[in-house]
Amino acid sequence: MPLNLQPNLAEPGRRYFRAYTPGDDFYEALMDTHRDLTDAQSAMVNAKLILLLANHIGDLSVLREALALARAGVADAT
Amino acid sequence: MLSTYQYPQFDYVRPPELASADVRRVPVVVVGAGPVGLAAAIDLAQGGTPVLLLDDDDTVSIGSRGVCYAKRTLEVLDRLGVGQPCVDKGVRWNVGRTFLREQEVYNFNLLPVADHERPGMINLQQYYLEEFLVRRAQQLPLLDLRFRNKLLALDVLDDSVTLRVDTPDGAYTLQADWLIAADGARSPVRHLLGLEMAGKVFHDRFLIADVVMKADFPHERWFWFDPPFHRGQSVLLHRQADNVFRIDFQLGWQADPEEEKKPERVIPRIQAMLGPERAFELEWVSVYTFQCRRMARFVHGRVLFVGDAAHQVSPFGARGANSGIQDADNLCWKLKLVLDGKAPAQLVTSYNDERTQAADENLQNSTRSTDFITPKSATSLTFRNAVLELARQHPFARALVNSGRLSVPTVLTASALNTPDVDAFAGDMVPGASADDAPVGVNGQNGWLLRHLGESFVLLIYATDPAALVREHGAQWALLASAPIPVVVRVVTPTLGASEQGDAVLHDVAGRVAERFDARDGTCYLIRPDQHIAARWRAFDLNVVRDAVARATCTPT
Repeated sequence: MPLNLQPNLAEPGRRYFRAYTPGDDFYEALMDTHRDLTDAQSAMVNAKLILLLANHIGDLSVLREALALARAGVADAT
Repeated sequence: MLSTYQYPQFDYVRPPELASADVRRVPVVVVGAGPVGLAAAIDLAQGGTPVLLLDDDDTVSIGSRGVCYAKRTLEVLDRLGVGQPCVDKGVRWNVGRTFLREQEVYNFNLLPVADHERPGMINLQQYYLEEFLVRRAQQLPLLDLRFRNKLLALDVLDDSVTLRVDTPDGAYTLQADWLIAADGARSPVRHLLGLEMAGKVFHDRFLIADVVMKADFPHERWFWFDPPFHRGQSVLLHRQADNVFRIDFQLGWQADPEEEKKPERVIPRIQAMLGPERAFELEWVSVYTFQCRRMARFVHGRVLFVGDAAHQVSPFGARGANSGIQDADNLCWKLKLVLDGKAPAQLVTSYNDERTQAADENLQNSTRSTDFITPKSATSLTFRNAVLELARQHPFARALVNSGRLSVPTVLTASALNTPDVDAFAGDMVPGASADDAPVGVNGQNGWLLRHLGESFVLLIYATDPAALVREHGAQWALLASAPIPVVVRVVTPTLGASEQGDAVLHDVAGRVAERFDARDGTCYLIRPDQHIAARWRAFDLNVVRDAVARATCTPT
């Protein structure tokens, strides 16, 4: 299965009345995870998070696609 | 500075109480004639309850404040008789553009949802809304709107509130069965009662500039993150009536408000943003900060808090005036039933339960938008910019861009007034939801479903053969209509021809009632006076309808 780039977040069993709610729920949880951390601590959390999620995804072809898209444009960005 | 709007000055009239030693007792006093207080007073007065509305000023809202009125608010305003002037004067936009630094990241087109009378939102200066509401209020014989009447003191008793009110001719005393505090974010009523609000202060300042464009400018909403003309901050541009454009500049907490307000500082900033070829005139400038917070309870004995007096949100998502008007919509039918002796005071308590839930949803959404727009740490800024970079190409990231989630009505799923479903239904019209609109035909004329809901409880019944249903249940419907809390039956039919039997039958001309309400022959919806759904079934049964009305009004069966 190729990397899914369509909105895909949801909590199983929960009913959503607004399309933006699951994405906003996730983003808030992500920000909360970083609350009151130093920049170095946050970088460590992010690294661990990527490793956890990568293992869960498992499919290396999907991960390689995501790695390439994540890096695209970053080295030459302002 | 304002060149496009002439502020009305409303007449102060010497109150008759000044000439009398007797203390007059009235059913309801509303303090504060902003959009929310006016909406509450109009709703009560047009429903037959005498109301005294006090305001310490004699004009409308000054300067640039509320801008965006959402569909649900327009539907409430329709019920109050001012929806049309607002829609006629307001402007609509569909295209939104999001920029990061120098470039547009993406744009979206909010195509209006088909077959609703009102658009998703309009933009309109708050003073126009207030002026339309005042004009409506002044038509209502039961509404006594008193300008330059300022609340000095109040004493809350078990079954009434005593008020001391100051006027240019001296002070007088009044007694009210109920007091509605619609007196804004700095609510004098709240302070007089020593009540507090808990929440979050955002350490940020925003500059509002209203400009009049000298030539055509796109009718679009533009949102910039970190633009070249205002590094490290955000900027929002959107259009209002009279070719006035509102620009919100994030300034940061360190900014000096007095310095930032100076035209010699504001004008170059706007020129850099619009480009040198755009001619404009500065109409209004102010600096604001905001808080996200609410009172723990909106009901304090006989004192009922609505709008900004009860809860304050960040401006992102237009949830201030919109949620306040929905507070009034939720409260007034309940208060009327209690005042008429048809329901216990417990029904007013349900206002607290339902609208604190709504306030929490509004606070959550506006806080999330604020956190996205104004990141507070290096990590949250990095994530924010990563979302925007990915949003150039990837739909999933666009869904995460949060520059304000437009106000939509809260689905009151947790309300004790709902009768839980026993039958299976698809779609979003669950108990607690506000009813969706749909086109309907009445006697061959085109109309809208929501125009036939509200004011009283309505039982909406879908029928392929209305005449047969009337023969079977007509006598029972008459019992519902003549009950102490009346329920008006409205039949909707998909069958052309069957609708031409009188005003009581609505024709589902576009099939949207069937679609949006998952309705088929025999389906019934019990709809509250505020157009929220209380219960629904696949077939009519007099006793279950009566039970649901009792539940929705806290009355014993």
